[in-house]
Amino acid sequence: MKLHVDWTACDGRGVCTELLEEVLVEDDWGFPVARDGQRSPTVPPPLEAAARQAVDRCPMLALKLRSR
Amino acid sequence: MSDALWYFARGSGVVSIVLLTIVVVLGIGSRSGKPAFGLPRFAVSLLHRNAALLAVVLVAGHVISLLFDPYAQLRLFDIVLPFAGNYRPVWQGLGTLAFDLLVAIIVTSLLRHRLGARTWRVVHWLAYLCWPVALVHGLGTGSDNGTWWLWTISIACAVTVAAAVGWRLSTGFSRFPARAERRVAPRLRKELEEVR
Amino acid sequence: MTSVAEAPVARVERRLLDGELGLDAHLARHGRLPVLDGSQIIGMARDAGLTGRGGAGFPVWRKLSAVAAGGGAAVVVANGAEGEPASKKDRALLAYQPNLVLDGLQLVATATTAEGAHLYAPKAALPALRALLAARAAAGLDRRPVTLHAAPDAFVSGEESAVVSAINGRGAVPADKRIRVVQAGVGGAPTLVQNVETLAHLALIARYGAGWFLSAGTPDEPGTFLATISGAVRRPGVVEAGYGVPLGELIAAAGGATMHLQAVLIGGYHGGWVPADPALPVSRQTLQPYGASPGAGVIVALPAGACGLGETARITGYLAEQVAGQCGPCINGLPRMAATLADLAARRPRAGLAAEAERLARLVSGRGACHHPDGTARLVLSAMRIFEADVAAHLNGRCLAAEGQR
Ligand SMILES: Cc1cc2nc3c(=O)[nH]c(=O)nc-3n(C[C@H](O)[C@H](O)[C@H](O)COP(=O)(O)O)c2cc1C
Ligand code: SF4
Ligand code: SF4
Repeated sequence: MKLHVDWTACDGRGVCTELLEEVLVEDDWGFPVARDGQRSPTVPPPLEAAARQAVDRCPMLALKLRSR
Repeated sequence: MSDALWYFARGSGVVSIVLLTIVVVLGIGSRSGKPAFGLPRFAVSLLHRNAALLAVVLVAGHVISLLFDPYAQLRLFDIVLPFAGNYRPVWQGLGTLAFDLLVAIIVTSLLRHRLGARTWRVVHWLAYLCWPVALVHGLGTGSDNGTWWLWTISIACAVTVAAAVGWRLSTGFSRFPARAERRVAPRLRKELEEVR
Repeated sequence: MTSVAEAPVARVERRLLDGELGLDAHLARHGRLPVLDGSQIIGMARDAGLTGRGGAGFPVWRKLSAVAAGGGAAVVVANGAEGEPASKKDRALLAYQPNLVLDGLQLVATATTAEGAHLYAPKAALPALRALLAARAAAGLDRRPVTLHAAPDAFVSGEESAVVSAINGRGAVPADKRIRVVQAGVGGAPTLVQNVETLAHLALIARYGAGWFLSAGTPDEPGTFLATISGAVRRPGVVEAGYGVPLGELIAAAGGATMHLQAVLIGGYHGGWVPADPALPVSRQTLQPYGASPGAGVIVALPAGACGLGETARITGYLAEQVAGQCGPCINGLPRMAATLADLAARRPRAGLAAEAERLARLVSGRGACHHPDGTARLVLSAMRIFEADVAAHLNGRCLAAEGQR
């Protein structure tokens, strides 16, 4: 699965960077950065549940999971 | 039996306002982007949601018990339509209003992913109306109004929310105060008239 | 002012910009469009290897197929916004040979069975186009009516999703790309946005064939492209040449350099700096090692006396001002990157200054709704590489250009 960030919506609230520490870190301004450097970072299967929770909890609905 | 209902209605009402206070404060806390109350951000967010759902259960209990209560004489449409009641219509009407607002906030939150963030956020702002209305309703309508303990609880709730709002408005609220504000550049909206 | 460079030189070849002005001259020279069906048009675009001329260089036939396969009523858009300040070629094309663009727009409308056709261009270009559309309608040329739209004067206003948003009446604001405009764009319909030059090439391919198109350019990158040449050249303006044309010939076609050149910016403000090597062929393949590409054909010649870091800082400052204002990493990162470059250019060294510029460039890449941060980062990274010696000098409080060592 890939995690897509809608940058027009993301407000850098940092919920996702907490829930998905293995995938995301915060940049200088609190916006998520993919550790793997991809535009839409890959979410390994063991982290999919956490990713789903991040999608659900993102206050701006800026996150989407997609299969490719 | 009817006495038991009356006590339950009053008790659940008081617990509801306390829970709603906690929900509002957690909501403000999850808005900050800082780990609040010693909890990580996502935990604040989850607690906010779960406390809200619990509050809904209590409020539902409060309303249902009043439906069967002979003193309150609540009719079905009083649950939806404010200020039409027989028993202290203004104070009870505030309760109905708060209930309607709460239902709107909860339903839009549950359908958040379908409705989109903007609709959800606009409705969610109504929380700042719902909570004080509920508080005033509790103070005015209950047969406990004027009792020292209800006043104490209400004032404690009010002080808590006021403190949270104060924090929300303070500059220390955001974790990244130097962050640029996200706002669409006006020049992109110029010269848009369609020319045929 | 835009001037079309005269006298074709060697591999500088004029196809689009050739011929007299006006509809009659256009019809006399090229005739009416042949009657072609959708699959023939898509097939020709594929056989010709036609790629987009708006910057990204994406194969046209693939986009055509995707929109045609979308089912339902599609929409086609000719993109003449040209928000890039160093580019004048789309304006020149719309001024000199707009009929080719309008022919191409009808072709892609047929290929995608589109119902709506739109032309999006700077406000100043619209009155003449409106008159021309009326003349073409009188001559029975356009099967589908074309709606004109004014593009706001802003760098990102020509970005694909911004174009769609503008036509939808919501401002020229780039949108998130989870749903692409080829799936849902103008009015929610599958939408094809194509640069005006791309459409003009298609209009010629439809008449003269894919084989004719392939006779210019390189085997991998066929056809000609419009280049806007500015900076230290005698006759700045628009030149047409086949891909692979040596850089020196392009400069010569613009009247030659006014003084010794130290570097050239290729591809525009989102492009990359390359050495001013006259033999360097201008094509994707040969520019790739420099992190550059022909892009939308912008060539800016930097004279020996100018400071490349100063010029890059100026452009980065402009690009930072031009952010659409939506995406956190872009609106925070680009101004910080511009400030870092300004410090470097003004020789205000501090520890880790150069590394900071590179870090920021990598940090913003891929983290916006549109490619504006990526393009800006590309420019900065290429400057740090090509002007490496200047960076070292600036960090020591010196400037090679100012000292005449460039
Ligand atoms: C910031 C930005 C600005 C752009 N501006 C233009 C423009 O002014 N004109 C244009 O044709 N394409 C522009 N593009 C490229 C378009 O998004 C799109 O790729 C192009 O119009 C597609 O047409 P083509 O395939 O024929 O090149 C821009 C892209 C970006 C990221
Ligand atoms: S949780 Fe949502 S708003 Fe917060 S940083 Fe992540 S994507 Fe952005
Ligand atoms: S990446 Fe930058 S320019 Fe592009 S839409 Fe986002 S804020 Fe605007």
